[in-house]
Amino acid sequence: MKLRDMTELAVRNLREAILRNSLTTLGVAVGVASLVAMLSLGVGLQQLATSRLSKSGLFDSIFVTPKTNLRGPGAGPPATRSAAPKARPLNEDAREELTKLPNVIEVYPQIRFFTEARFDGKPFATMVAGMPESSKASGSFDGMQGNFFSAANADEAILQAEFAKELNPQTSSLIGKELVLRYAERQALAAPDGSNEGGGFSVVPKEKHLRIIGVVETEPASGFGGFGSGRLLIPLAVAETLRAAQVNDLRDVLRDTSGEKPAYASLTVRVKSPSLVDATEAKIKEMGFGAFSLLDASKSLRIFFSVFDLLLGIFGSLALAVATLGIINTLVMAILERRREIGVLKALGAADSDVKQLFFVEAGVMGLAGGVFGVFFGWLIGQTLTLGTNIYLKRQDLPGVQISSVPWWLIGGAIAFALLVSLIAGLYPASRAAKLNPVDALRYE
Amino acid sequence: MTPTMGLNQQNAFQLEHVCRHYAMGGASIRAVDDVSLTVPSEEFLALLGSSGSGKSTLLNLMAGLDRPTNGSIVAAGRNLAELNSLELARYRRETVGMVFQSFNLLPRMTLEENVELPLRLAEVERNDRAARVREALEHVRLTKRMGHRPSELSGGEQQRTAIARALVNRPKILLADEPTGNLDSATGEAILTLLREIQSHLGMTVVMVTHERPLAEKFADRLATMGDGKLLSTTPTAGYAQAEAKVSQ
Repeated sequence: MKLRDMTELAVRNLREAILRNSLTTLGVAVGVASLVAMLSLGVGLQQLATSRLSKSGLFDSIFVTPKTNLRGPGAGPPATRSAAPKARPLNEDAREELTKLPNVIEVYPQIRFFTEARFDGKPFATMVAGMPESSKASGSFDGMQGNFFSAANADEAILQAEFAKELNPQTSSLIGKELVLRYAERQALAAPDGSNEGGGFSVVPKEKHLRIIGVVETEPASGFGGFGSGRLLIPLAVAETLRAAQVNDLRDVLRDTSGEKPAYASLTVRVKSPSLVDATEAKIKEMGFGAFSLLDASKSLRIFFSVFDLLLGIFGSLALAVATLGIINTLVMAILERRREIGVLKALGAADSDVKQLFFVEAGVMGLAGGVFGVFFGWLIGQTLTLGTNIYLKRQDLPGVQISSVPWWLIGGAIAFALLVSLIAGLYPASRAAKLNPVDALRYE
Repeated sequence: MTPTMGLNQQNAFQLEHVCRHYAMGGASIRAVDDVSLTVPSEEFLALLGSSGSGKSTLLNLMAGLDRPTNGSIVAAGRNLAELNSLELARYRRETVGMVFQSFNLLPRMTLEENVELPLRLAEVERNDRAARVREALEHVRLTKRMGHRPSELSGGEQQRTAIARALVNRPKILLADEPTGNLDSATGEAILTLLREIQSHLGMTVVMVTHERPLAEKFADRLATMGDGKLLSTTPTAGYAQAEAKVSQ
């Protein structure tokens, strides 16, 4: 029999026992929905984590330090160390060179220093951190109280939430107010030969008036490549102009840096995408600097989500396995009910394969319909979970997220899987129907 | 025209020592026991016998629905015992048409769809099907009831539909298993009159199982009587043509 005739007959047969077949199809739909909902959560959470992490700049950044900074206790006895070749300083020349590397978006120093801020006439010890413009897109400032810096060189400050609470428990009332940053400015001393370089520096107390424009939960990429989380965030350009004395300054003075320009403790190099990190990191190392990145952590994340998706898929498939039993049951019942009809078909010239294919197509139609409805229900479950999560997050004053995602491969894959499972479920009933003896079947009342 | 495996100028059936034995419990049931019978082309043969005499089993063997335990059945020049299941299905589709006592129409299909079913199985082109269905229904004079379901038809009409379904693939052999068994005597006679007309008109071979001897004597060319699985006798009747002639006199 031709496929079109076969399908017409199968659909007609399915319509005859509409309630039972609809319930069986619904069973498949529930199974597929559970699978799709589980996997859509897995995919959605993976996308959320990946986008958050990539926005944070952790995975497209390389942290560059002078090579000596990486020398630890294993570098050999002091005698060997002193004999080591002089490391290349991480100064302004190096920064320019790094900026010119291919695929590099920006290079900025880690500026953070411990100092005192005065607010309302009271002193507060805090860690100041300079924020590059690009950190706005990191996601950490989404849903913050107030705003991000109005300009790259604006005299503005964003407070970390805990620090803001120390200033005033009503953090929202801080926005628009002014605080005074008291810091130690580093002023170069003239060298014995009269030049401005290599003669060490003096420390001069200074003040900077800043307007509080926002409060944020955490600093982006806090504590990484620096010396602790920043609690008072200012534009990087402003931080650079302060020339505030930093932790590494004393160490640089103790080292023999005569004849060199002021050096950075570390620089952050951001590249266009995480896939370019490896190659750029290698180039930076060739230039004579220490460099490291968090790309390995990103790989681990992908492995984690692959296992997570697999587990979700297995749990989701359990419902589909139950639905498979439903298909087998429905078709076996149909064989009993249509025993005589099978006999008539055979008497009229249907081959065993025709009967087998007819039951196969019936199973396939139920699987296909169940798959399509199941994908829709699964998507609906995902959207409902996202909605519920966002209502909860909104109550917690947190920004909304999309925790489920149904990509095209999941839609196609789920429908194909439902079809395949249904066909497998139809194997036994179809073969049983095909093997019916037509004489017995015709005699059946 | 559907191929009919070269039926012209030869016997429709040649049965040689056909046996069909069943094992039931520890006993062996001889449903058909050493039957040899020749059915010439275009003959109307009636298989007579009481219940359990083996006539329906023999018809099923001739229809290719069952296989003999021993012996050979040559139908239209081919030994059915040598055909595989696919070839046997093709034989049932193209060479024979079957009519049953209980009509065996599919209740959810209209009369037209029921008659179209063998055409679907034979993969006849869709464009040709409507004409073929109409032609078959014209033979049984039911073209006005094409859209009705079997439950909306009388017993006689249902049996006429079943005959149309058996004819639609234009077979050369019609096998009828007690076609009047579920009908009153007048309707039964009308059905056999129709069957005989079609047989004469289309030049078909008809083998009919019945236990109604008077009807068989009136419509069949020959009677084959069975008892306990054996063929007891074959007797020519006066013949339908002669009966018709008597009626007209």
